[in-house]
Amino acid sequence: MWAASAGTIVYCSAKVKNEMDSGKVPLMGVLGAFIFAAQMINFTIPATGSSGHLGGGMILSILLGPYASFLTIASVLVVQALFFADGGLLALGCNIFNLGIFPAFIAYPLIYKKIAATNATQGKITVAAIASAVVGLQLGALGVVLETVASGISSLPFTTFVALMQPIHLAIGIVEGVVTAAVVSFVFRARPEIIQGAQDDTPARGMAMKHIVFAFLAISILAGGIVSRFASEKPDGLEWSIAKITGKEELEGSNGGVHAALARLQERLAFLPDYSFKKHDKEAKAATIDAAANKTAPEATGENRENGSDPASSLSGITGGLITLLIVFAIGYFLKRRSRVV
Amino acid sequence: MEGERLKPLPCSVKRLMLSIDGAILDFKQLDLLANGDSSLHRLDPRAKVLATLIFIISVVSFGKYELSALLSFFIFPAVLIGIANLPAGFILRKAILVLPFAFVVGLFNPVLDRAPLVTVGTMVISGGIVSWIAIMAKAMLTVTAALILVAITGFPAICRALEQMGTPQAFVIQLMFLYRYIFVLTEEAGRTSRARQLRACGKKGLGIASYGSMIGHLLLRTWQRAERVHMAMIARGFDGEFHTRQLARFGMAEAVFLIGWGVLFVTFRLYNLPQLLGGLITGILS
Amino acid sequence: MSHHIVEVKNLRHTYPDGTVALKDISFRITHGESVGIIGANGAGKSTLLLHLNGYLTPTSGTIRIGDFPLTKGTLPEIRRTVGMVFQDPDDQLFMPTVFEDVAFGPLNLGFTAGDAEQCVMAALARVDATHLKDKPPYHLSGGEKKRVAIATVLSMSPDILVMDEPTNGLDPFARRQLMGLMREFQHTRIITSHDLDMVVELCSRVIVLKDGEVRADGLSRDIFGDHELLAECRLEKPLSMQGCPVCSGRVPVFTPDDSDHHHHHDHPHDHHHSHHHKH
Repeated sequence: MWAASAGTIVYCSAKVKNEMDSGKVPLMGVLGAFIFAAQMINFTIPATGSSGHLGGGMILSILLGPYASFLTIASVLVVQALFFADGGLLALGCNIFNLGIFPAFIAYPLIYKKIAATNATQGKITVAAIASAVVGLQLGALGVVLETVASGISSLPFTTFVALMQPIHLAIGIVEGVVTAAVVSFVFRARPEIIQGAQDDTPARGMAMKHIVFAFLAISILAGGIVSRFASEKPDGLEWSIAKITGKEELEGSNGGVHAALARLQERLAFLPDYSFKKHDKEAKAATIDAAANKTAPEATGENRENGSDPASSLSGITGGLITLLIVFAIGYFLKRRSRVV
Repeated sequence: MEGERLKPLPCSVKRLMLSIDGAILDFKQLDLLANGDSSLHRLDPRAKVLATLIFIISVVSFGKYELSALLSFFIFPAVLIGIANLPAGFILRKAILVLPFAFVVGLFNPVLDRAPLVTVGTMVISGGIVSWIAIMAKAMLTVTAALILVAITGFPAICRALEQMGTPQAFVIQLMFLYRYIFVLTEEAGRTSRARQLRACGKKGLGIASYGSMIGHLLLRTWQRAERVHMAMIARGFDGEFHTRQLARFGMAEAVFLIGWGVLFVTFRLYNLPQLLGGLITGILS
Repeated sequence: MSHHIVEVKNLRHTYPDGTVALKDISFRITHGESVGIIGANGAGKSTLLLHLNGYLTPTSGTIRIGDFPLTKGTLPEIRRTVGMVFQDPDDQLFMPTVFEDVAFGPLNLGFTAGDAEQCVMAALARVDATHLKDKPPYHLSGGEKKRVAIATVLSMSPDILVMDEPTNGLDPFARRQLMGLMREFQHTRIITSHDLDMVVELCSRVIVLKDGEVRADGLSRDIFGDHELLAECRLEKPLSMQGCPVCSGRVPVFTPDDSDHHHHHDHPHDHHHSHHHKH
């Protein structure tokens, strides 16, 4: 996933450099910062009482065209990963893929442009923005499912996972779409040339859609291979998809009260790709009956158990761990003292 | 997309992170740390970026029950914080903000995975608990490593390192511009939203229609700013080409830093030192 | 040194949406002059400035900077000659550190790294900001930002300095500091501002714009003495030229020529005001 995203960044950079009129350089940067700023302002989601904020992928695509917007989204995610630890460094590859490629290269050219490219009107723009935001999110959610399944962390059946993720993201997508439409319409009223200008210099027009789709397929296959090799131990991707579910729960929670929400949350999470999953789950039950059976389970997932059976070694593990931490702390403390003196 | 930001966090944490001023303050503080002057600050950024990458890869490549081996990796953040004289409390506080994620992810491990893994005296610790703690340890390690990297290098220097290591210039410039204007724009957004709050009479949240025009306004102002920035660039002879100074100073110190940590991480990855150490001590004791 | 001359003839500018921002502007500024361009909001000051370095092209009329008429071909040379300091330093300082920002211009001019570094350090020294060189722009104070913004332009060794609202948003101390700095420049200076006290102190000549036309052009002391003209153009007499609130005596007109380079503009009266600070 890292490779796929990195590849796309390289490709888009070249693309942007070629098509670039020099005004786009500061525009992309400043709009990226705008997305940051906009995400800090919350709005109320109708009928739920909870709040959300803008994702912004679609807005950028509409304003900047696919290549520039992809780079901008990617840059925003990089900074968020580094400074706010949002999503985590390792999930970054997946995040850029799901949040960048889908809106910029699928939803924007195939949905938004089809509807609103020629003689845009307020109505057309609204419909196009909502539709493309929804599709973008649906694809993104599907991306998460595929990545998680491919990574082998989850033994959750593909269909269950899809059935879980897609409707949730339909709701989120509609909200995002409405907000996108509201912002884009506002800009369209105030300065129509911005919206039209973006559409005119979109290079995708000159580029056959086939190429994009082929490139996309190639990337996906490549990505699949890498994910299954590399991502199998990656906590962040999961953290991320679980966060989605829990986030959704928070949205609904306000209707059903805290308890109902918690109950549902628990229910949902129970299906989720935890770190010790399904197979494991059954065995865990067996294990409560027969404690000795514990060793057979984890090997199935191909992970190393930490000398589980030998009490002596667990003891030494714990002792050693504590001592290590102590040493680490002492070294850090010592160095700090010294550097303060110097 | 990015719907995932529709609030995965517990409320208190969310408030902490999303309160605009607070977030920016933290952001600025982290950025200011990079102005420090220590032997680490002076290293070529490439060495630090690479070492951090190796660190993160080694940490996440551990299996889910390998908690004790993981612990030795805490040496990296501890040493760096020590040498660079970073405020440990601040870094820790920022890192702890992410813990709720890991906490929730692993929350059900102890419930689902009851198979006893470790027995200490009469106390039985299940695999679930071990893996839960391991998840949180990993999250802490990777996040602190990233924060420390920023704190001892500074974002612009990281960007330059990325460029020197082959990242396309267009993307690097995008990152630098983004970073520069985050401060300007978040402050602008902060002012706008404060102005709204003051007139909202305690009503929380913002309807979608008024949100749309507020964000729209912000967007237009942003757009005009981009035009002014472009003007300023052109006025100083910008022709679409960025000329940056290349400072190549990957010398002895960098090599030692990178190779030293690299070897250490690989060793830690291959040998469970805490386990060996513990074995030694319990061996002596018995 | 004829390249310090700015000549604008019958300049007219119409924005794409049909707004006529400049109707008919003509003036000539010669070497070493310091000229203030004043006028109400919307009088056309900013539009005029943007023509001086070729960011906007005239709808009709001509602009000559030094020996060159302003055309596409002469743009690079003219942009080096005319150093433009923008109103909001956040727009002007876009690079990660002060040093890189000041080096941006010289590097674009094709200087080698060594030469560029020399230019940068000299420019920073001029504005008393050498100590800021490694700082990122967002950690600077308003006055520091402004001074660095001026350095980014000085590093390209321009002959003409154009400044848009240089004292805007500065505290009194920073404003004084900046004015002291600007007084020392030998360049031809063109300054737009609503800070009329600054204009009267720094500029011997003033051009008054009204509705896209030159309403008046002359010595500062004459123009700021003309009550009708000022009222008509939605301006007012600088405070330093208004009557003393205590004795309603007149302060003699101050011109930059007899400026004594004191940072504090001593009250020219001999009598002591009761509200004066005790030293």
